[in-house]
Amino acid sequence: MAPRRAWLTHVLLILGVIAFALPIWIVLIGSTHDAATIGRGEVPLLPGGHALENYRTAWGAGAAATAGIGVGSMLWNSMLMAVLVAVGKITISFASAYAVVFFRFPGRMLAFWSIFITLMLPVEVRIFPTFKVVSDLGLVNTYAGLIIPLIASATATLLFRQFFMTIPDEFVEAAKMDGAGPLRFLWDVVLPLSRTNMAALFVILFVYGWNQYLWPLLVTTTADVETVVIGMVKMIGSEANTEWHIVMATCVLSLLPPVAVVVLMQRWFVKGLTETEK
Amino acid sequence: MERKTVFRGMTLPALLLLPQLAITIVFFFWPAGQAVWFAFLRQDAFGIRTSFVGFENFADLLADPLYLETAWNTLVFSVSVSALSLSAGLLLAVLADKQIRGAGAYRTLLIWPYAIAPAVAAVLWIFLFHPQVGLIGRALNAAGLDWDYRLNGGQAMLMVILASAWKQVSYNFIFFLAGLQSIPKSVLEAAAIDGARPVRRFWTIVFPLLSPTTFFLLVVNLVYAFFDTFGIIDALTKGGPAKSTETLIYRAYIDGRVNLDLGSSSAQSVILMLVVIALTAIQFRFIERRVHY
Amino acid sequence: MQRRSLIAGTAALSLAAPSLARAQARTEIQYWYGLAGPLGERVAEQVKRFNDSQDRYTVVGSFKGSYIDTMTGAIAAWRAGNPPHIAQVFEVGTATMMAAGPAIRPVHALLADAGVELDPKRYIAGVRGYYSDTQGRLISMPYNSSSAIMWLNLDAFQKAGLSTTELPKTWAQVRAAAEKIKAANAAPVAITTAWPTWVMFEQMAAIHDVPFSTRANGFEGMNTELQLTAPFFRKHMEFLLGLQKDGLFRYGGRDNAADAIFPTGEVAISFNSAGNRARVEREARFKWISVPLPYHDDVIQSPKNGVIGGASLWALSARNRPAAEYRGVAEFFRFISEVDQDLWWHKSTGYVPITIAAYEKAKTEGFYVQNPGADAAVVQLSRAEPTPNSMGFRLGNFVEVRNVIQEELEKALQGQQGATAALEAAQRRGNVALRNFERANRS
Repeated sequence: MAPRRAWLTHVLLILGVIAFALPIWIVLIGSTHDAATIGRGEVPLLPGGHALENYRTAWGAGAAATAGIGVGSMLWNSMLMAVLVAVGKITISFASAYAVVFFRFPGRMLAFWSIFITLMLPVEVRIFPTFKVVSDLGLVNTYAGLIIPLIASATATLLFRQFFMTIPDEFVEAAKMDGAGPLRFLWDVVLPLSRTNMAALFVILFVYGWNQYLWPLLVTTTADVETVVIGMVKMIGSEANTEWHIVMATCVLSLLPPVAVVVLMQRWFVKGLTETEK
Repeated sequence: MERKTVFRGMTLPALLLLPQLAITIVFFFWPAGQAVWFAFLRQDAFGIRTSFVGFENFADLLADPLYLETAWNTLVFSVSVSALSLSAGLLLAVLADKQIRGAGAYRTLLIWPYAIAPAVAAVLWIFLFHPQVGLIGRALNAAGLDWDYRLNGGQAMLMVILASAWKQVSYNFIFFLAGLQSIPKSVLEAAAIDGARPVRRFWTIVFPLLSPTTFFLLVVNLVYAFFDTFGIIDALTKGGPAKSTETLIYRAYIDGRVNLDLGSSSAQSVILMLVVIALTAIQFRFIERRVHY
Repeated sequence: MQRRSLIAGTAALSLAAPSLARAQARTEIQYWYGLAGPLGERVAEQVKRFNDSQDRYTVVGSFKGSYIDTMTGAIAAWRAGNPPHIAQVFEVGTATMMAAGPAIRPVHALLADAGVELDPKRYIAGVRGYYSDTQGRLISMPYNSSSAIMWLNLDAFQKAGLSTTELPKTWAQVRAAAEKIKAANAAPVAITTAWPTWVMFEQMAAIHDVPFSTRANGFEGMNTELQLTAPFFRKHMEFLLGLQKDGLFRYGGRDNAADAIFPTGEVAISFNSAGNRARVEREARFKWISVPLPYHDDVIQSPKNGVIGGASLWALSARNRPAAEYRGVAEFFRFISEVDQDLWWHKSTGYVPITIAAYEKAKTEGFYVQNPGADAAVVQLSRAEPTPNSMGFRLGNFVEVRNVIQEELEKALQGQQGATAALEAAQRRGNVALRNFERANRS
């Protein structure tokens, strides 16, 4: 490549990187200043001296808005929710896609379409009635109520289905010839082949679970099952004073886990997407 | 979508499907059915007095010029967000796909914003563009530009479009990069030997090969702009000033949750459902076709 | 098989036993509120003090987000059969809650059933009136009440060569001060306002004794209609547009969006809730004072009382809710109405005292001498005998009506329409919202 063009490429890419990093930098810096500095609207560009105390307050005591529940326990709730949503979605979608692709039975297309059509039911359409169902089942303020309604996944099922379609018929024939049943085939052939897809889905769904907020806002009414995104939204909400320094520290803490997952699992993630997209 | 060789049996597939179907029926169909039913009712906030009004909620909406204005806003907003985030994602992907030093680092630095929640993205943008508190907002005002997205509808629209597109760029980047990397090197080399210039090579060979990805992303981005940007609009402008950034989903939310008019809100949800059905039908046809080929 | 279930049963019992014992000793009362920040801290403190003060009830306070989140969350929970015992609802939700018949437990009935005596006359008139029915019985429990007042940056006044003791009382004087501030460049912005509808329409209607809507602002029935095209509103709106045109007024955004720019020193004159005091105290790095709202002296010579804002506490009903739980709610209401509790609440939050006794006590203690301007809101609330125009507002879909006015005001400030067109549009759209509420609650 000609050096002049390489130079241009670098400049454009660095501009792109800065466009993403600048807001985060401001929040990161803001989280090291005291409440009054930020409240007065002085946006500093260099770190201040309040980092330790801000993060300690956020971690242990949270903001007043969260009634003394620290971000530490919110992070735990978010982690639990994100992992369980991701694992749950992957498990049941894998199972149902397997059933739809590798079996022929009456009602197969009906089952498939009824899963598929859930794509068309955005959460706002059904948030009140869904809340009523969860409440009738006595699941308000429980991890089950928080997680189970989010576990059904048309997209994950579609992705698995697409991938399963690409598994050559010869594999199935060979397995049948060896006398392997459907469960054995699932375990020995399909599951190992699906690892990359699962890893990719895990990243996507972990982030999805972590970033939820309309649903948790409605279904959690006590602080002990509250997630960090809700905690932060609550810190910002209301007519009164927002403790921006704590919000910023919380913002940084809430970003770390999903960013870590995306960055650390980057390879599987991109590769997995490539394969499902083929 | 048919396989030639399959397993036999009823019980096992039924068991495998059970969890997914049970959750779908209990938490999707039952509540969604109720929502559709509500679209034909008039209720007070608590649901104590209810009467059946037929299509009145729909008729009221379609006769409301503000609703039609909101529909137009939504279109402008969605097309802008999609165009912007798709082109930025494509540009960055093409650049990062090149054989340059630090390509891996660039990739990582462009992928991670995928993890940011819409609500968080909005908060970040407040710190940039707030006319008094924001870094850039202050600079614009200091430079003599009258920047205030809370009063100027055009500026407000620009803000939500930029913030929503910003949040979506890394998603598009990931898919475009994946698409680019799946193009066989032999095709590119053949083109290079033919002597085609890089820009021409891109538009005549690479871009057509990317068109399935582009089309898929277009639908995903439109759906994103329709629904998922709710958090961004809510945190940044709350649909204002004077409804200039109100989208259809935001209006449905406001009528349901703030104005407590469940009938009208449900009717709007039903209309939105029809839109998503159309979009997903297009997308699904497309997926089907690709599987067949 | 039998043995196993027996063991399982015993295990479950022994696990449940401690919580069962606790539940018997103390009745739990769920309380949802919508105050964040230092104000939320005060709520939590008060809840804790109540819990420590007796051993029969435990109030569990949960912050539920904004006022709107809290209210809609409580309504959704009621529809789902699982409401909190107490919900804090902002003043604009009052009509909706009052129309909710079986969903709520009127405070007067709640107190009577529990044998708790609280004389409505204990409460400041402006506060009491807003939350009472036509027979003067309390429907919800007065709690955090504020009023809109004027906040002045005295450093900016000084810099502009204005007196810091003779402060503006009328709108004409405010304008004159703003012109000097702008001329001397004493602050980047001369005037702004938070809560545009509440301050510039509702409060202005009340203190100028002008009807906001018919049927005594809705107190006399749901068939009320907005009166926004009246000459007074046109006059005031044109006044505001004039201020903006001359670069004296800057729109700070909806609701409380303009909160931030007073404590930053960016604006010299701001209109905001008295409940903002804690924040200003913490953040402002300049001399400031709060005073009653200005008035147009060519409309009224002695302005009437302002109306309250803020929120009240509602007792919600539920199927099979035991009497003991309602008693707990009543006890909590009695606790927060105690003079010392109310006085503490007033002093530490900036909200007005809700009882006359607490106000008197604050005066005798010299609180307002040490904190000049801390009584601006309560003075403004009690300076005149409330008229049908200054008693308050009882409009259905009031949140929507407020937003409609805000939107039309924004369009006018953007220069898209004049004052008359804005008020006509606001009136037309607002009346649609009022009629929708009437239909939904009559059928």
